[in-house]
Amino acid sequence: MNRFLIPLGIFVVVVVFLGIGLTLNPRELPSPLVGKPAPEFSLPQLHDQQKVLSTNDLKGQVWLLNFWASWCGGCKTEHPVLIQLAQSGVVPIYGMDYKDRREEALAWLKEWGNPYPIVAVDESGRAGINYGVYGVPETYVIDKAGVIRYKQIGPLREDILQTKILPLIRELQNQ
Amino acid sequence: MRWFYLVIILLLPGLAAAAYEAIPLAENPQVEARLKALAVELRCLVCQNQTLADSNAPLAEDLRREVREMIVKDMSDKEIIDFLVTRYGDFVLYRPPLKTSTTLLWVGPFLLLIGGSTALVFALRRRQKKLIEVSLSEAEHNRVAQMLSEGANRP
Amino acid sequence: MIPEIGHFALILALCVAVVQGSLPIYGAAVGNSALMSVAKPAARGQFLLVLLAFCCLGYAFAAKDFSVLYVAATSNSQLPLHYRLAAIWGAHEGSLLLWVFILTIWMVAVSFLSAHLPEAMRARILGVMGLVSMGFLLFMLTVSNPFERLIPAAFDGRDLNPLLQDPGMVIHPPMLYMGYVGFSVAFAFAIAALFGGTLDAAWARWSRPWTTVAWCFLTIGVAMGSGWAYYELGWGGWWFWDPVENASFMPWLAGTALIHSLAVTDKRGSFKAWSVLLAILAFSLSLLGTFLVRSGVLTSVHAFATDPKRGLFILVFLAVVTGGSLMLYAWRAPRVGLGGGFSIISREGMLLANNVLLVAALGSVLLGTLYPLFLDALDLGKISVGPPYFDTVFVPLMTPAIFLMGIGPLAQWKKASLPELAMRLRWAFGVSVTTALVLPIVLGHWSPLVSLGLLLAIWIATTIATDLRERLAHTDGNSLFGRLASMPRSYWGMVVAHFGLALFITGVTMVKGFEVEQDVRMNVGQTATLGGYTFRFDGTQQYKGPNYIAARGTIHVSQDGHDVTVMYPEKRRYTVQNQTMTEAAISPGLLRDLYVSLGEPLDDGAWSVRLYHKPFIDWIWGGCLVMAMGGVLAISDRRYRLAWRRKDVEVPATTQMARQTVS
Repeated sequence: MNRFLIPLGIFVVVVVFLGIGLTLNPRELPSPLVGKPAPEFSLPQLHDQQKVLSTNDLKGQVWLLNFWASWCGGCKTEHPVLIQLAQSGVVPIYGMDYKDRREEALAWLKEWGNPYPIVAVDESGRAGINYGVYGVPETYVIDKAGVIRYKQIGPLREDILQTKILPLIRELQNQ
Repeated sequence: MRWFYLVIILLLPGLAAAAYEAIPLAENPQVEARLKALAVELRCLVCQNQTLADSNAPLAEDLRREVREMIVKDMSDKEIIDFLVTRYGDFVLYRPPLKTSTTLLWVGPFLLLIGGSTALVFALRRRQKKLIEVSLSEAEHNRVAQMLSEGANRP
Repeated sequence: MIPEIGHFALILALCVAVVQGSLPIYGAAVGNSALMSVAKPAARGQFLLVLLAFCCLGYAFAAKDFSVLYVAATSNSQLPLHYRLAAIWGAHEGSLLLWVFILTIWMVAVSFLSAHLPEAMRARILGVMGLVSMGFLLFMLTVSNPFERLIPAAFDGRDLNPLLQDPGMVIHPPMLYMGYVGFSVAFAFAIAALFGGTLDAAWARWSRPWTTVAWCFLTIGVAMGSGWAYYELGWGGWWFWDPVENASFMPWLAGTALIHSLAVTDKRGSFKAWSVLLAILAFSLSLLGTFLVRSGVLTSVHAFATDPKRGLFILVFLAVVTGGSLMLYAWRAPRVGLGGGFSIISREGMLLANNVLLVAALGSVLLGTLYPLFLDALDLGKISVGPPYFDTVFVPLMTPAIFLMGIGPLAQWKKASLPELAMRLRWAFGVSVTTALVLPIVLGHWSPLVSLGLLLAIWIATTIATDLRERLAHTDGNSLFGRLASMPRSYWGMVVAHFGLALFITGVTMVKGFEVEQDVRMNVGQTATLGGYTFRFDGTQQYKGPNYIAARGTIHVSQDGHDVTVMYPEKRRYTVQNQTMTEAAISPGLLRDLYVSLGEPLDDGAWSVRLYHKPFIDWIWGGCLVMAMGGVLAISDRRYRLAWRRKDVEVPATTQMARQTVS
């Protein structure tokens, strides 16, 4: 073999990878929690601070957990999608108000509508850390056994909902 | 200058009372030192490319707080790192763990070094051999040329 | 109207580049002198056209023409004029224009300083540079036009990123690009030689000064980038192994290897193929850096706003330029002659061994930078490769390189003897090992890495001293100064550059080993003591800058009761982008920097303040500057001065010989 061809060979490999790299998004991080039991929490509720929302209460059903905050821009973007999904009644969406002020969160829900049956409050951000949240909004699909099946990073979009999340939910509900 | 300060301190008891040692932000310097050592090897997840130690992002602050609490609880470095990796994946580590998928990353530099040195030694050896051959054949070539020219000169 | 003139000038420049990239190369192939002579005027014409475009963009910034999209996106009416001008290269489009502008500067330089080259060679060199410039002009005109209009015009601009509003922005990018683009000259020389089959020792001699100049610029550019990060980012670091930094460091490593291998090629006529490969590599890595920074494939602290279309264009361009050159290389290089002989243990052998180490280091940086991308592309997970990795692999690779660096200059060309070298260097070795072991203990903190760092730095210094002493002993002359001055400048260049590296290593070692920092909560009048200095916080004041508002702290620093300095760290909020910036206050010194940055305001006028005492940190950049000075000395060597003048004044052979005997 011609040893003068080696540099060209290495270069071709690098260029192929760089080409593939162009189609990828380095900011998109897959969650290591997918396929693992959802971390447990037991947190006060937004509307009634005396009550708590606990993961134990939610077992036996397929549900969504949506981390949001009134200060988060992406949350407003995805809000109509959430409202619509909630109205369809396919799946309950539990909210997690992430590092927020109570009055502002309540006002926000009043203004834009409330898709959540119950909202839990994660004031310190600790539940967020346990779920590996690194930026709101993030949404988790959790199955009947309490295992995380899917994580949506960033705003939920109609197309992702239709092509990925809804089929997954139907499948999980039929199990 | 020192006189000036002395006068000020004498004249303004209020100011003098305030002139005391500043308090370190860290309650426990040892914990803080360990936190710093860990944080420089951890990635701030929301930043572009910054360590947890350098970042002021809210999530980085939360994570530092979390790590600090784990240090206070006397958890080992490995336990703390495992805690973060189960939640955020290997992405959070600036020192990638040695796994099948990262073998090349860790071995590669030393392969390059060994491969390069071997290649160099071989190249130099082969070169020397070739040089001897070339000079030999050149000498022969000259002799042939000489003989030919001598032959041509002969009547 | 002015922006349209600029746009039009770029289109004309593209046409000229097409001509420059085709006719001279074809002319050289068929031996047509008329076609070859197109190269020079074309290069100069292109320069003038790009200069015109550059000035037009500068005018648009100066005149606050917010009907130009790029101007509106990267400046603001409140932005001071010098930053508005620096904003020309504040983002993707304009920095590309700077890239091309600097490329044309190098072309003009080649056109003026190539009188001693054969006409065909010059035609090919300028032709290759024309092709490179054609690619970049095409890039600008298709997907990154800096003159694109914004209709209707913006009322005001979105302002320059506050991080970039700094004197560093005014000079760092031009320096860095002078380096990156400068390697295009060595690249063009290499390709021209491969085309023409004239790959000989003369090629190496011609390439050397160009490579060295580019290397000097790159050295300064990289060092300035690092210094800028140090004082601007506000957390005291100076090198983060960020993809963007690696993108500038890789061409530097390749360039350093090239300088050394060209020395062997020049001297012995050997390893020509290797030198050519390095020349291709150095420039290709500059292009790769451009790709990495602008395509968004990697996450980095200072990436440009990214766009996949642009990424694709640069990738295709990179594939064409580098792929084409490597094909040409694979085709032509096997026919390159062997050159003169030398033994494995010789100056040549050591230079080449150093080359191997430098290239291995370069390969590691490349591997570490691209590895996350590799894994992601193969769907094997996302990882981060950061400073701990690079520090771990880089030190063991560079240690033998620096050890060899001490020995190499003392080894004889052709054949050296190891026992003899060991004898000559035994003092240097003894002194370095002893000092490296004892000094850290004296300084109060021993660690293996501190000792290793000091060992390497002192090793370089002592071997240089040994070499100088030996050379002085063999030089005739009356005064010491006269004897020192009689040594060739190229030799001095090497000595100075190597010494610069010793300074650099000292700086790195001392900072890593002895830096202290403290986070304190400071109320007005409170003091904190660090590294023997007492810092007293005298509160903050609000003030208004041209386009920001700031809280400026006043900190009095004293040592043993004597006033040392007053420092003014700031916390700025830039109003347009509503971005907060920490402006650290630095009190630089030969032996230490004091570094203070304001954290957050706490209750009742107190602030969280971070204090650092950084010993010897300025030696890091000082060392780089000294390295670059070494490069400058090397190119001021008389043989280059002679070579460049040769065409104008044919020096009679006798005088030339006489001069040589003098030296």
